[in-house]
Amino acid sequence: MILFVAVLLPVLAGLWCAFPRSERGAPVVTASFVAASFLLTIWIAARTAATGQVVAVGDWVQVDAFAVVLMLAIATVSFGAAVYSTGYIALLNPPPQRVRLYYANFSLFIVSMLAISVCVEPGLAWIAVELTTLLSVLLVSFADTAEALEAAWKYMVITLLGATVAVLGVLVLFWAQHAAGGTTFTYAGLAADAHRMNPVLVSAAFALLLIGFGAKIGLFPMHTWLPDAHSQAPAPVCAILSGVETSAVLYVLIRLAATFRAIPAVHADLWFAIFGAASLVAAALLIVQTHDLKRLFAFSTVEHMGIMLLAASITTAAGGIGLVWQMLTHALAKSLCFFAAGGVALVAGTTEIAKLRGLQARAPLVGTMLLIGALAIAGAPPFAVFLSELAIALAAVYAGHVWIAVVLLLFVGIAFAGMMGKVTSVVLGREDTHREIGHLPPSTAVVLLSAAVPVLVLGLWIPGGLAHLFSMAATEMVAP
Amino acid sequence: MNAQAFIPEINALICGFFVLSAFAMVVVRQIGACLGVFIAQSLLLALSAFVLGASPFSWHLYAVGIVTLLSKVIVIPWLLRRFVPGEIYTLREISQSIDVPTALLIALALALVGFVLGTRLVTAAPLLATQNVIVGLASLLIGALVLAVRREAVPQMLGILAMENAAFLAGIAIAPDFPLIAELAIAFDVPLLAFIVAILTRAVYRRVGSTAVGELAALREHPQ
Repeated sequence: MILFVAVLLPVLAGLWCAFPRSERGAPVVTASFVAASFLLTIWIAARTAATGQVVAVGDWVQVDAFAVVLMLAIATVSFGAAVYSTGYIALLNPPPQRVRLYYANFSLFIVSMLAISVCVEPGLAWIAVELTTLLSVLLVSFADTAEALEAAWKYMVITLLGATVAVLGVLVLFWAQHAAGGTTFTYAGLAADAHRMNPVLVSAAFALLLIGFGAKIGLFPMHTWLPDAHSQAPAPVCAILSGVETSAVLYVLIRLAATFRAIPAVHADLWFAIFGAASLVAAALLIVQTHDLKRLFAFSTVEHMGIMLLAASITTAAGGIGLVWQMLTHALAKSLCFFAAGGVALVAGTTEIAKLRGLQARAPLVGTMLLIGALAIAGAPPFAVFLSELAIALAAVYAGHVWIAVVLLLFVGIAFAGMMGKVTSVVLGREDTHREIGHLPPSTAVVLLSAAVPVLVLGLWIPGGLAHLFSMAATEMVAP
Repeated sequence: MNAQAFIPEINALICGFFVLSAFAMVVVRQIGACLGVFIAQSLLLALSAFVLGASPFSWHLYAVGIVTLLSKVIVIPWLLRRFVPGEIYTLREISQSIDVPTALLIALALALVGFVLGTRLVTAAPLLATQNVIVGLASLLIGALVLAVRREAVPQMLGILAMENAAFLAGIAIAPDFPLIAELAIAFDVPLLAFIVAILTRAVYRRVGSTAVGELAALREHPQ
């Protein structure tokens, strides 16, 4: 019951926006409902840490440790983005109808993502994934410029194409399970029946799901839509798209990995490693040449999806811990980056790197947060991403996959250099006195400041409950 | 001779027409006609569901058939007519990225690939309606080609929906009692998709002056 409440609460905010003249209250109503959902998620996480799982409808809607960490990431980033939106969207001064459209879409989009984390039936999870696309397309096109519409169109076409391929994958999995006499069509049920399933069918399902969901995750070479969509959307939406939406889809794929691993002929981990490494390498090289701050962070999302897939290919418990940890730290750090990039857009009117110099002197808060965000996401100590990436590299070495550790460290290093070179010139470079500098709305400034807190704290100290969730999640991944 | 013996043959005939409709999607140039092909294809999907659901009787498949009729044959065409500017439908698309004979050849090759892969799948596990899987896979690949070839918003979107038709044509054969998903997905997702596409298409038309989304190319790494 509590799961349904936590996931569905923001629907009420969406309904509120359906009423005429609701645009004045919409920002606060949305933020409140998302906040309530966030608090409930913390409670659910605590209960999961204590009891191992929270069940709403057995075999359909339930969470375990892995699911709850994802849910926590989604709820945290969404809460920040909802509060951030109140000031950010108002400053763009859109017509009342578009304000309502924004908040209605925003709340329902969050519901669809939370739904991914609580559905254990792959069919339901697929519907939730499809809904995340449908409910975020109009958020991407919110600016209503030719560029934003182009980005939204590409995003929709490629991810829906992927979803269509993935649905056939889900159906083939169902077929494979039923042909083998299995009946419980859940992540765990599939894994239990996997060794009896026909290898040809499972291989086909794996190919369809990896390509289908891979398009939505933004894996190379299906990533082309991602930097467009993740840079054209309003900053709070970018934070969600980049911070948690891609990870949520990756989560579905990883949940099914135990099923694929049961059949050695599928070579699931080899393909994970190939796609992971390709995404990491391609993104690191693209980061070096990008010209826009938001695109820079969007490419960094492709990079991190690659890192997580590499972590998934290390099948030990240590690899699992690294993966879950990375999922959370990436969500927190990436949303901070986009909140800061949004701040740059507000105070300087552009996110083009060549046009931005010496932000620190004119807008110290935005400049500092941008620098912290970039350092954190690039993997510098003492921030949270540093620890999780180190954990993945060590897990790879201990598991005997030294090449994974080498590729990881090398290309994370290249991405780090590329990103810091650009961001330091934006923040510290010689002051550009010609540009007019605006002010941040209070709500936006508060979110920007507080988003840095967990990124720093989790780099220095991991609460016992959270560490417990990580290790439980890793066990679930190895043997669901 | 009882009616049951005819069922596989009728279904095979429907599948034959289905793959033809997939080819038609590649070659038809007028946008209105493209919509017509899509409606015909959805009708074939519903028919196949009814035929397969007749024996052994399956209310799941009947539900899929009815929901397909309602959403894809009635609601989606209505939504598109309602929200997308009318003059687009009489437009003849001449700016395809590949010419029709080439596209047709590629479609033929893709169909062949689909047939080979599909045959491998259906030999892996026993199945009553093997044509559905083979034709479904072939049509799925051809649908992806439609997306690559078409420049206009509405035909591109119809390409996605045709792919979905193809996936479900295979789906009703391989997972006839799939819980919930098929019905729910067709009933809610697909009309929502059409609605969002229609809104987006209208916005593109208003902002850019055409709906040739394939020609939008402002977003690149180096815009200068």
